[in-house]
Amino acid sequence: MALFEVENVKIKGIAACLPSRVINTNDLELFSSKEAQLFIQNTGILKRHVSDGNVCASDLCFQAAENIIADLGWAKGDIDILIFVSQTSDYILPATSNLLQNRLGLTQDCFCLDISLGCSGYIYGLSLVSSLLQNNRFKKGLLLVGDTISTYTSKYDKSVYPLFGDAGTATAVEFDQLSDFKWLFDIGTDGSGSEAIKIKTGGARYRTNKNSFELESINLDDISIGKRSSVDLKLDGIDVFNFAIKKAPTSILNILKCASVSIEIVDYFFLHQANLFMNETIRKKIKVHKEKVPNSIQNFGNTNGASIPLTIVQAFNDLKATKDLRVIMCGFGVGLSWGSVFMDLEQSLITNMSTYHD
Amino acid sequence: MNREEFLKGFQEQFEDTDESLITFQTKYKDLEEWSSMMALIIIAFIDENYSKSLSGDDFKNSTTIEELYQILIKNK
Repeated sequence: MALFEVENVKIKGIAACLPSRVINTNDLELFSSKEAQLFIQNTGILKRHVSDGNVCASDLCFQAAENIIADLGWAKGDIDILIFVSQTSDYILPATSNLLQNRLGLTQDCFCLDISLGCSGYIYGLSLVSSLLQNNRFKKGLLLVGDTISTYTSKYDKSVYPLFGDAGTATAVEFDQLSDFKWLFDIGTDGSGSEAIKIKTGGARYRTNKNSFELESINLDDISIGKRSSVDLKLDGIDVFNFAIKKAPTSILNILKCASVSIEIVDYFFLHQANLFMNETIRKKIKVHKEKVPNSIQNFGNTNGASIPLTIVQAFNDLKATKDLRVIMCGFGVGLSWGSVFMDLEQSLITNMSTYHD
Repeated sequence: MNREEFLKGFQEQFEDTDESLITFQTKYKDLEEWSSMMALIIIAFIDENYSKSLSGDDFKNSTTIEELYQILIKNK
């Protein structure tokens, strides 16, 4: 485990942007009505916002960024960090953060970087942007985390297609000398689990060719669960589940131990939204009350790295915070990679939820 | 771990299957209620009560509940 502290930073605002197209689980042709009912009961997913194929993660993040910049009244010339965390970049190259620097009208002095991480990406992104800010050389940072992972799934694959939704988020982070709350991160990687969630073809190892898009039947316990090609996302649910129910609680408890605080003082736990049953299992292992673990998977599905900020935006819209909150966020998944952070969220945190428009 | 308690726990994970249909000789993957989600529910049950893990291969390599039990008592 890698534990480290960052100080003198604050999140000022978080915005989320969703594609306008909504797919209800009950309307999926892929499922019988009984399968849909079981799927909803276990994963919690009632509906998802899904890109029509024309909207990219960068578009969703762009709108979220414009909204939070406007809400905070930030001058674009003051923004000197732009981190884009995604596994659905616009192009193989150049980096999408570079395109967004121009599109958002940020200065040429801006530190721009793409990070290729999924479910753990928000925590890694926060650790990087806050580490850069804390020395007071940079003033304001935008952490853009989003994916249109649905575009990488086979619509004939029962084990993947119904799970994933699309979203883009923007988190505005600022240097704040007066902040007395040290953020504490716990970060980890286990690359031996890289096969558990993977898209094999399309990178430099396996370039796409004329056979890459051929659909192949997939079976689980000799039962057909659909078809996918080698450019589509595959997911081994059992491996991921075993990983998540071990690493997420361990990481959260590590942080509390290191911070020498009891779990009761944490107001909210924001977990990556992968599967409601998985998150309930994690919640029971750390022994906290349901009300302290807000879920958004019902409305959005698994949105990869965007799921934690999206859940925070939904929660802040629902609850009216009456004090600054002490929260733990925990992301875990593709890599395999995980990360947690213990931090504060100000009562005055500004949040913004929008639907994408051209 | 106690054999009978394990079987009882296994039975309790199934909502729509009568417990008389779940014995050590049952080919659990043939149960109508069995699904990939049931595998996760069984993993969570084992993790919570016995602090042990079952992998995807453990399910692949077992047919009856007895076989799964034997794998489990060998697992760390």
